[in-house]
Amino acid sequence: MNLWDFPVYLLQHKLQSGEISSVEIVRAFRERISQVEGKVKAFITLDEEGALREAARVDQEGGYTGLAGIPYGLKDLICTRGMKTTCASRMLEDFIPVYDAFVVAKLRETRALLMGKTNLDEFAMGSSTEQSAFFPTRNPWALDRVPGGSSGGSAAAVSAREVPFCLGTDTGGSIRQPAAYCGVVGLKPTYGRVSRRGVVPYASSLDQVGVLAQNVRDCALVFSIIAGHDPGDTTCVNVPVPDFVSALDEGVKGIKIAYPREYFALGVDEEIKAAVMKSLKKLEELGAIVEEVSLPHSEYALPAYYLLAPAEASANLARFDGVRYGYRDLEADNVIDMFAQTRGTAFGAEVKRRIMLGTYALSSGYYDAYYLKALKVRRLISSDFDKVFASYDLIVTPTTPTPPFIIGAHVEDPITLYMNDILTVPVNMAGLPAMSIPCGLTRGLPLGMQIIAKPFAESLIMQAAYAFEQNTEYHSMKPELEV
Amino acid sequence: MGHEYETVIGLEVHVELHTKSKIFCACPNEFGAEPNTHVCPICAGFPGMLPVLNKEAVELSIKAGLALNCHIAEVCKFDRKNYFYPDLPKAYQISQFAMPICQQGYLEIDVDGAPKRIGIHRAHMEEDAGKLIHQGAITETLYTLVDLNRSGVPLLEIVSEPDMRSAEEARDYLEKLRAVLLFAGVSDCKMEEGSLRCDANVSIRPLGEKKLGTRTEIKNLNSFRSLERAIEYEVNRQKERLEDGGTIIQETLTWDEEKQVTRSLRSKEEAHDYRYFPDPDLVPIHISRDWVEALRRNLPEMPDQARERLMKEQGLPAYDAAIISLSPDYLAFFDACAARYSNAKVVSNWMMVELNRLLNLHNMNISECKINSNDFILMLNYIDNGTISGKMAKNVFEEMFATGSSPDKIIQEKGMVQISDEKALLQLVRKVLEENPEVVRDYKNGKEKALGFLVGQIMKVTKGQANPGLVNKILKETLTEE
Repeated sequence: MNLWDFPVYLLQHKLQSGEISSVEIVRAFRERISQVEGKVKAFITLDEEGALREAARVDQEGGYTGLAGIPYGLKDLICTRGMKTTCASRMLEDFIPVYDAFVVAKLRETRALLMGKTNLDEFAMGSSTEQSAFFPTRNPWALDRVPGGSSGGSAAAVSAREVPFCLGTDTGGSIRQPAAYCGVVGLKPTYGRVSRRGVVPYASSLDQVGVLAQNVRDCALVFSIIAGHDPGDTTCVNVPVPDFVSALDEGVKGIKIAYPREYFALGVDEEIKAAVMKSLKKLEELGAIVEEVSLPHSEYALPAYYLLAPAEASANLARFDGVRYGYRDLEADNVIDMFAQTRGTAFGAEVKRRIMLGTYALSSGYYDAYYLKALKVRRLISSDFDKVFASYDLIVTPTTPTPPFIIGAHVEDPITLYMNDILTVPVNMAGLPAMSIPCGLTRGLPLGMQIIAKPFAESLIMQAAYAFEQNTEYHSMKPELEV
Repeated sequence: MGHEYETVIGLEVHVELHTKSKIFCACPNEFGAEPNTHVCPICAGFPGMLPVLNKEAVELSIKAGLALNCHIAEVCKFDRKNYFYPDLPKAYQISQFAMPICQQGYLEIDVDGAPKRIGIHRAHMEEDAGKLIHQGAITETLYTLVDLNRSGVPLLEIVSEPDMRSAEEARDYLEKLRAVLLFAGVSDCKMEEGSLRCDANVSIRPLGEKKLGTRTEIKNLNSFRSLERAIEYEVNRQKERLEDGGTIIQETLTWDEEKQVTRSLRSKEEAHDYRYFPDPDLVPIHISRDWVEALRRNLPEMPDQARERLMKEQGLPAYDAAIISLSPDYLAFFDACAARYSNAKVVSNWMMVELNRLLNLHNMNISECKINSNDFILMLNYIDNGTISGKMAKNVFEEMFATGSSPDKIIQEKGMVQISDEKALLQLVRKVLEENPEVVRDYKNGKEKALGFLVGQIMKVTKGQANPGLVNKILKETLTEE
């Protein structure tokens, strides 16, 4: 096995036992990146030399606690002091923040090594990473297919073993869907569990930073570092952070798992349904109680999401006006034209589409019919989940309705693309934690199972996911990237 | 024709809350610093930056609300007000739209000697925008600079009910509002520095009509005087327009200080659609009743209470009491003097006449005045014991105002001591009588006015330093003796 093939917890082990150095780890991943990055194109910015310098420092200091000496990648809308943060947009092509996001500061504190910034759909708006202003990322399992999105670069980088873990963000499925498409584990924490400070927002009431890794244990390790209160984000809740790693071994015996019938309809691919049903059977064998339930308002989640998220985005992206930073159109004669031409030139089609949708939904005379109505739907979806969680511990569903699709297949058809989020969006609307784990292959393409829990019950999700992982082989499958 | 119209005015007043730091970041809230020195990624609207509400801004808002007899919300929240402008870094202003912190209060003003209640519709917190600095006139400027020092300064917008019926009432309301906010210690309310800003909504309707007329909103009112003039101008403009058979267009106007006219900024059709919606970056604020009650208990004396006290305890007339209780600094000066001087009315007279004249002349606040209460009382004592005359005292006072010197020093330096030596005065009187035999004759023949002339002559020779009371007395005595 190559060093770049190792998961976080094994690298950690090897560092601690003195078997290898952090510099060796970074060199191994640098080598791997040089071999596969040209095909996968997961990164917008790479800084292997910076990581190498840091690695030397960590080696010198010794004491490999936490994630010290482990390289990682960051979705390129998470701000990094001194390193470009582009949001995969022409608007911020040369933007270098003077601050670190809270999660980046946490990772620096633990001495993890930033290898680079990963590709995404521009400002996280998309489900395929095709909306990156720079280039599409390719699915390591099939290079003609999308890695999913918007955290497609992060998922592909982990899947292609370019880094052992990445951080992504999830607003409507942007961690879980690419995790499913790339055959890795993706955790979207409870809304309020992880600070959003320094993360360029798409839809502030839905965005949450999470982890993409090879397996559940790695996820738990990284999540332990980034979870927790930040007084600089008032939506970040001050609740105790449990020991996620030691909870992994608790098993699923007696845990009540519900599977909502609506999530096995809604145009879900038959093979995906079958794979998830088979996985549920496995969980039952392991001692879980599995029953069918209903989440009746599920079908309204997607339309409501496509009103609320763009509404928030229309305000969040308004600051990109060319005045203080980012792209500015220099041809304009006056300030109003400067605003219009700056935004007209530097935003991509999908970003403009969502800004317009959101602006419309908030406009005087339409607010009640669209924005307010969508808020009400959001409450109904939440209460659907509350009812199920009154009697069950976890909900299990497929992560996506289809396997990864061919690059370019839906470019002219945004609605079909939006449908891809149909199984993940309700979770964001209710602010719940959820994880996608590999649960099979169809035609050589990975499939994902989504496990959802009550707010702040990430531990229970990981416990079940870990039990599943320990008793199946899906997580050890990896793409055959020709080198 | 000449219909009788009723004027209806409502005011929207913005005050900067006097906090140590800005409303959503740790930058200092300070006027007059070098451009862009009080700026951080939060108040400059950098990507990914999040607001964290300043508790002091909430506390001052509650205090203001209590001082304005408002109901303080148990839960309030922030909304985003969306519009593009180069001085607005996020392209939205964080404000309170649906759930403001204060509602349904009132303020009392005095109209023709009777109290009148002006309703406060609501008061809400928001952040201020930055400032644009144009190179030359706005229409010809080649480029414009942005100063973000003011971006994120906490504001309280106080919206009155349309309860005012004249420009004078509007002015009185604004003066009273300013006084209340100053007493409550929430803002320094300096119109010239923009920490108090006022927009006026003005409409007229036929007398007796219940329905409100179409209103116009006047912006850019930078002083009490421009508020009053702009409203008067606008009321007349609306009257003339209606009399000419026209209609009023709902629009936003600006007051042209130079030409003393209102000019149209934008019509209703051109008005922004601000697309308010709840700010997802800020959780709703829960305001405990304990907090509100503690603030209520510790609220300082308000202008109305001060006025009552001045009338009851110091025996001041209502007019004096009202003027003195318009500013806490002014009142503090009065209180300091009145505590150690028996005649409060004398103190009030000096403050309202001489002190005010000098303050206005030099465009100063009492807090900048160099005279301290000790020296002021000393001066009054010198008048009382005859060391100086009232007229001399005015000169002494001016000198005190200009230099901050003590009255002792001034009197000595200028040789201003009053001549109260009876013997010396008697000699002077005799001399003057000798020099003016005709006047003495006139007096003796019953011409009372002649006495005044004689007094004047004595004052002239003594350069005004003779004690006028004594001169009078000695003159009369000497004239009777002769």
